[in-house]
Amino acid sequence: MPSPRYWREIPSRYRLEATRCGDCGRVSYPPRRICPECRSTDGETIELSHEGRVLTYTVVHVPPDDFLMEAPYALAVVETPEGARMMVQVADCDPASVEAGMMVALEFRLIRREGKGGILCYGYKAVPAYPMGGEAEAELRSKESEVAHA
Amino acid sequence: MAGIAGYGAFIPRRRITTEEIARQWGKDPGTIQRGLMLKEKSVPGFDEDTITISVAAGRAALARAGVSPSRVGAVYIGSESHPYAVKPSGTVVAEALGIGPEVHVADFEFACKAGTEAMFVALALVESGRVDYALAVGADTSQGAPDDALEYSASAGGAAFLFGRDDPLVEVVDTISFTTDTPDFWRREGEFYPRHGGRFTGEPAYFKHVTEATTRILDKTGLKPEDFRFVVFHMPNGKFPLSVGKSLGFTREQIDPGWVVPTMGNTYSGSSPTGLAAVLDVADPDDLILITSFGSGAGSDSFVLRATGLLPQRRGLAPSVRSMLDGPRRYVTYGEYAKYREKIIVND
Repeated sequence: MPSPRYWREIPSRYRLEATRCGDCGRVSYPPRRICPECRSTDGETIELSHEGRVLTYTVVHVPPDDFLMEAPYALAVVETPEGARMMVQVADCDPASVEAGMMVALEFRLIRREGKGGILCYGYKAVPAYPMGGEAEAELRSKESEVAHA
Repeated sequence: MAGIAGYGAFIPRRRITTEEIARQWGKDPGTIQRGLMLKEKSVPGFDEDTITISVAAGRAALARAGVSPSRVGAVYIGSESHPYAVKPSGTVVAEALGIGPEVHVADFEFACKAGTEAMFVALALVESGRVDYALAVGADTSQGAPDDALEYSASAGGAAFLFGRDDPLVEVVDTISFTTDTPDFWRREGEFYPRHGGRFTGEPAYFKHVTEATTRILDKTGLKPEDFRFVVFHMPNGKFPLSVGKSLGFTREQIDPGWVVPTMGNTYSGSSPTGLAAVLDVADPDDLILITSFGSGAGSDSFVLRATGLLPQRRGLAPSVRSMLDGPRRYVTYGEYAKYREKIIVND
């Protein structure tokens, strides 16, 4: 990706900025000037939560050149509580353990390097929703199993 | 009084054991474990570096402070593994945290004490009244040469401290810096791994500077070792901080809560700051805390801190250091470790 394009996308890639439509309430990520649902131009910028749920996923075994050293890795569509959806890598776990309904946290990570001497491109990846403590973990695990059985 | 309004830490979730590294090089794991007092260390993934660790730790610090990022007037990142040789880590960190653009940003380097160096300057800016809040981070993805003693300790992680005048979780009572020109550990421009002077890194370097800084701040404040509930020294291995603590008159009860090195390794610029974060996770109001860093080259910064009543109320707003050390983690083989640390040469 050319550096100027990466630079233009910094608000959504670094801070998860999205647009909430003032008319129909749809949340678009990355941000849109015109709501894809109702064509309204009355949108406000919001920052998405750093958590979500895996809707669907795949495991990449034959990756593009920039990701060769990371294969195999899971790529998932994650939905945040605001209803925004994004495709992200799932890191810090065995790709075979990723499943639909899994709760994830979104963490700031190095996504790719532009070759050996180019810029470093940062953004978000999903990681399994690790616990903050005993009770928080139990709560998350029960939410996961509720989703899995829904 | 100015102090720490918020703090946070981040430790990557991969680990390699001392035993696994020792086995690779035909060394006796028991001898190494006993000599260095290290059980395992954190290993960063391809997607983790000083910038990503700083963002995670900084986000936790802002959450605990409950401060809007727009009020942060300075961001300082201390590290010896900044991902770029030319281009600041701090610009990415500030943008990701929503800080600025009216903000002063700089990267600091001073071997393992770049983190406390950043803290020192951030505190001074807040005390002067020039900024309302200043964020200081110590983070590293440190490298040790294969089959070097450093390979057992060099790890990844870091901690962030947001300094401010209003409602601190911890007050800064006093600080001191002790610095001399001592060539104990270095990395020349373009070199991949650092080099060190072996035993010369001990007495004339670590022990002299840590002892001098600690003794001088005790003299300056009129405090004695027994006045403190917790003490944190830089942790290049498990043994050094225990030895220097004992010689200065501190007990294991004062050292152990911040002695995170046996299962984290030496996170270089993030070492004593992460130890301090672990102490803040358990300190009670009015507890006195002493931290003395060490950076090769060489120097030490000491801080005397006092916990306030706000600390217990705010620490639950972000993960604790122990939850990251003892929580879910993945153990890697030496082969995987060599791949993650880019020690394997591959074709473009």
